[in-house]
Amino acid sequence: MNKPVLVSFLVSGDPNPDATLKFMKALDKYSGVIELGIPFSDPVADGPTIQAADVRALSNGFKIAKSFEVLKEFRKESDTPVILMTYYNPVFKRGIETFVMQAKEAGANGLIIVDLPLQEATEYREICKKHEMGTVFLAAPNTPEERLKISDEASTEFLYLISTFGITGARESFEQMTFDFIKRARTTCKGKICVGFGISKGSHAESLIEQGADGVIVGSAFVDIIKNYGDSEEALVKLEELAKELSEGIEKGYEKRNK
Amino acid sequence: MTCEGYFGEFGGQYIPEVLMPAIDELKEAYSELKDDEEFQNELSYYLKNYAGRETPLYYAENLTKKLGGAKIYLKREDLLHGGAHKTNNTIGQALLAKRMGKTRIIAETGAGQHGVGTSMAGALFGLETEIFMGRLDTERQQPNVFRMKLLGAKVTPVDTGSKVLKDAVNEAMRNWTATFENTHYLIGTVMGPHPFPTIVRDFQSVIGKEVKKQIMEQEGRLPDHLVACIGGGSNALGLFHAFIQDKDVRMVGIEAAGKGLNTSLHGASISKGKKGVLHGMLSYFLQDEDGQIEEAYSISAGLDYPGIGPEHAYLHDSGRAEYASATDDQALNAFMELTRSEGIIPALESSHAVAYAIENAGNMDKDEIMVINLSGRGDKDLNTVIDIMQKRGM
Repeated sequence: MNKPVLVSFLVSGDPNPDATLKFMKALDKYSGVIELGIPFSDPVADGPTIQAADVRALSNGFKIAKSFEVLKEFRKESDTPVILMTYYNPVFKRGIETFVMQAKEAGANGLIIVDLPLQEATEYREICKKHEMGTVFLAAPNTPEERLKISDEASTEFLYLISTFGITGARESFEQMTFDFIKRARTTCKGKICVGFGISKGSHAESLIEQGADGVIVGSAFVDIIKNYGDSEEALVKLEELAKELSEGIEKGYEKRNK
Repeated sequence: MTCEGYFGEFGGQYIPEVLMPAIDELKEAYSELKDDEEFQNELSYYLKNYAGRETPLYYAENLTKKLGGAKIYLKREDLLHGGAHKTNNTIGQALLAKRMGKTRIIAETGAGQHGVGTSMAGALFGLETEIFMGRLDTERQQPNVFRMKLLGAKVTPVDTGSKVLKDAVNEAMRNWTATFENTHYLIGTVMGPHPFPTIVRDFQSVIGKEVKKQIMEQEGRLPDHLVACIGGGSNALGLFHAFIQDKDVRMVGIEAAGKGLNTSLHGASISKGKKGVLHGMLSYFLQDEDGQIEEAYSISAGLDYPGIGPEHAYLHDSGRAEYASATDDQALNAFMELTRSEGIIPALESSHAVAYAIENAGNMDKDEIMVINLSGRGDKDLNTVIDIMQKRGM
């Protein structure tokens, strides 16, 4: 991804696996990367929107193996990079190597494990390297410089910049802190940097890309649409509309940056 | 990057990145303060003059005679200010928070004892206090909810997940990620990311230190058995810690078997759980084959956490401590037995430990000594017990 991209997040199995596949296809046209969440019973880094999506999926009997199946189906039609996002326990329970191999076989390009910080990730990183699975680590505005460098080096796909303190969820606007953080990461990091948490509008995407981000990660705003419209044609239309708005914002931000 | 805070393979720091600086700050502050004489003196002052330490080690002669075996001693944490051992930790951590310049403390609570303890410490040290409590727990622990509010705390019912303790932990962690600059998360048991399990253990270890001194005064020797109930495990570790090097002292933790270990309704994360990672630590958790965390159940709201502190997981795997369980019915019987034989109404949590004595003390020699940690008093549980007794027509 040389031009900035939209990273679109969905919870697999919300509200059912067939719908997830349709949603992925709808978002594919405007997305540089699709981030597919594997539902977890206790998603402490996520806000109410994504937790509710996890609950919808799990209460419909969703199993992790289904996430892999959905991805396999998607792969039949698209080469768009897909990053699987989950918490550490589902990976640990399956066995890290088994999980990585199954994800690889399904066609995943990388993994994000939100509660596996760098200092606990040595074995995980070795296994990912062995199976050529990409890794994405997170950094927050308060991450010290040295740790930011190491996180950047450990992230093969992109470094996930958390826009602010707190949990996921759509926000109205961004603080100066977020812009300062992007500038700091831009100077420090060699790899790609994508910003997530709280992005829901084209204007958000525009301003974050203008500051130097390589991508914006949008989750709760898409999940909100699914909450409101469920498995319906209308949901597909709304998802595509929002993805289009966001990618136009990205385009504008990129133009402003290069002026 | 080095890993920190492990007990054998258990423990660690499995947390979202945004919490790393807060955890680092806490680790540094605590490593400075734990050996700081002034801080320790201040802590001792409040434990003695505010909380009422030391608590008695009481020889339960009537119960001992009735069971006809080992001599049973009760460590009376039920007499501590607040009615449970929780106060040891809340005073310690609130002082720590104050020294770190925090103006607000938050906590999770199940039975409400830790919430009450935190609210007391908040009132005492002038810290704004917010308590997260599962909606179901707020309903079954009304008296404690009222106490917290009286003490000036904001009580926030949690409606996510199964609306019990683990969901309150999730919500407190979420709140902390957004507020850590002015807020200390006052974790209530020996769980969570490093350094929490160590900090809570250190503040609770006063229990075992006192027992060691008291039993030497009363019996001239160390006890043979230490027994304590286990939810997250803080009262048990508080009792055990001073004795870990004394290999002849047996340590037994009692988990909640709820409706029975062969049912899905229990809270026995060591007996029936599997290794896993949640709430910042690698330990034992009740979970399904996909690694989704399962709900725990116990008649006692303080024991229905689906995990266990990492040091307990280590003590179990290394064989240094033993872990058994008691069902709801056994705990209720023990509740009645202790109330009738000694005139002491125990918390339903502590009743699980008393149940172990009722099952086993009779088979032990009369010169053996068993110390049970009576972690809290039962006033808060009266509604639960009365309901059950009425249903049974007692």
